[in-house]
Amino acid sequence: MNNENKLKFSDDALALAQRMIKRYPEGKQKSALIPLLHVAQAEFGGWLSSDAMDYVASLLNITSIEVYEVASFYSMFNLKPVGKCVIEVCHTGPCWLLGSDDIVKYIEKKLSIKAGQTTTDGMFTLKTVECLASCGTAPMMQIGETYHENLTLDKVDNIIHECKATVVEPVTHWSKKEIK
Amino acid sequence: MGRKLLTENINVPGIQSLDVYRQHGGYEGLKKALGMSPDAIVEEVKKSGLRGRGGAGFPTGMKWSFLAKPDGVPRHLVCNADESEPGTFKDRYMMERIPHLLIEGMAIGSFALGANTSYIYIRGELLYVFHIIQKAIDEAYAAGLLGKNIMGSGFDFDLHVHCGAGAYICGEETALIESLEGKRGNPRIKPPFPAIQGLWQRPTVVNNVESVMAVVPIVKMGGDEYAKIGVGKSTGTKLISACGHINKPGVYEIELGVPVEEFIYSDEYCGGIRNGKDLKAVVAGGSSVPILPKDLILKLANGEPRLMTYESLSDGGFITGTMLGSGGFIVMDEDTSVVKNLYTFTRFYHHESCGQCSPCREGTGWMEKILHKILDGHGTLEDVDLLWDIQSKIEGKTICPLGEAASWPVASAIRHFRSEFEEYVKNPSSIKKDNHYYRLNNISSEVA
Repeated sequence: MNNENKLKFSDDALALAQRMIKRYPEGKQKSALIPLLHVAQAEFGGWLSSDAMDYVASLLNITSIEVYEVASFYSMFNLKPVGKCVIEVCHTGPCWLLGSDDIVKYIEKKLSIKAGQTTTDGMFTLKTVECLASCGTAPMMQIGETYHENLTLDKVDNIIHECKATVVEPVTHWSKKEIK
Repeated sequence: MGRKLLTENINVPGIQSLDVYRQHGGYEGLKKALGMSPDAIVEEVKKSGLRGRGGAGFPTGMKWSFLAKPDGVPRHLVCNADESEPGTFKDRYMMERIPHLLIEGMAIGSFALGANTSYIYIRGELLYVFHIIQKAIDEAYAAGLLGKNIMGSGFDFDLHVHCGAGAYICGEETALIESLEGKRGNPRIKPPFPAIQGLWQRPTVVNNVESVMAVVPIVKMGGDEYAKIGVGKSTGTKLISACGHINKPGVYEIELGVPVEEFIYSDEYCGGIRNGKDLKAVVAGGSSVPILPKDLILKLANGEPRLMTYESLSDGGFITGTMLGSGGFIVMDEDTSVVKNLYTFTRFYHHESCGQCSPCREGTGWMEKILHKILDGHGTLEDVDLLWDIQSKIEGKTICPLGEAASWPVASAIRHFRSEFEEYVKNPSSIKKDNHYYRLNNISSEVA
């Protein structure tokens, strides 16, 4: 483990982390682990390197392995670098009934990647994910914190165009604006 | 029109905010509750007959009465907002639109249970809702509805919102507790039950969002009045998330007891099957519950109409019945491939198995592979029997109910639609024709 960690939260993120830790009783600060990993993913480029996880461990005064075993359990944590926009298309039953397979295939064709891959310019990663509690507005996909619902091919085109035109920093589930 | 207890004000502009919520009777339930004794509140919830709205249907008042109260040990109420059961989106809908109803319910429940600190555990994908809830909590603190001596009652109450990070298993209450302690979501062996040793080994009650919200009208109107709504032991109202091939998908608050046929075809609810198609099958209570073909979902085996109640939906056991579950109501039209739909469910359970118990960890993967093989045109009749055999060896042999949740969809699909499996095996060319991939009307040519 690298003791002189290069990574560090911004002042805003650090203040948020301290507020979160206080939500749990004295000695139970480990409970803040998952929220802090979300913040770390937002702070450190959309994924969790071992340095990032070691840093979170130091904030909570727990061992690194306690962080690794949690980060690897939950599907929202990326343990490898991802594109700036991670497109997560739901493909469970209710979305499948309304065409999610076609949405996936269309995006694969449009971006010239397969689900699970990242475009060569590092802009998009395409993922298929399991039910996101949006079955009444299927088919749907999530980018960052935003739910895009009742998808059609036109909507997908517009969303991808918008991402290309506006996204500079990685779009993460815990959005940067919620750290301030 | 049925009575609306939870969604009455859902469309009032600004109801997300504390001011508008209070203008419409918000926090009157809490005010009344704080003037009652905690035991009297538990008694009202018992009288109401409210059953856990997350899926299991266990009586909420009884769950509350099991909570251990050792001297000097803090206890907690934890709200299960980890809504992840495929077909279910009611809790998200409610939290997003009327967050203060949840906060009011949490305050009442915590007062009744003697919990001075409580948590709302919301699934990580819903971080935007997490921020809505956090904002509402901040408003409530500023107004003295949370914090020290709430509403001048002498009761100190802190409420926090907590987020997960993508794991269906955390909807299981002991896995949720593990996750809230900052660990992997591995369910615990019971006993001890959370009511004795839950969060941080302290006595804990875990309740679903809708159950917590329902406590507010129960306190306002009284348990007896609440129990007058509904049929038999299915009292009160229930939120149904309706999706699939219907004209009007969405969240509907029904009085328990509405006939299933009315729910599907009436314009007040689902508005019938879209594109003038015929109904093929329904999964009535979230992906875990048995699928039923049209004739059995609309009518009981004896020909009487099936009703939207716990008892009527489960009438006939799993031979001819199903469960109300979470109220995730998934409707499939005549063109749907039941086998392919099942494949997506089985893939889901394989993905979401925590891996602790071998029958679930291995069995869900085997079932997914066999279904994939059948859909790929390489299945055999023995594969169908093997699927049946595997599901029967998962059910009842795991720490938590994810094993059953994965088994029941497979068992029921084979029970009621065996001929479809056999047709795929005998005649692989029928697979794609039979809607292997359901195509959006307007895009089929572009993605072919």
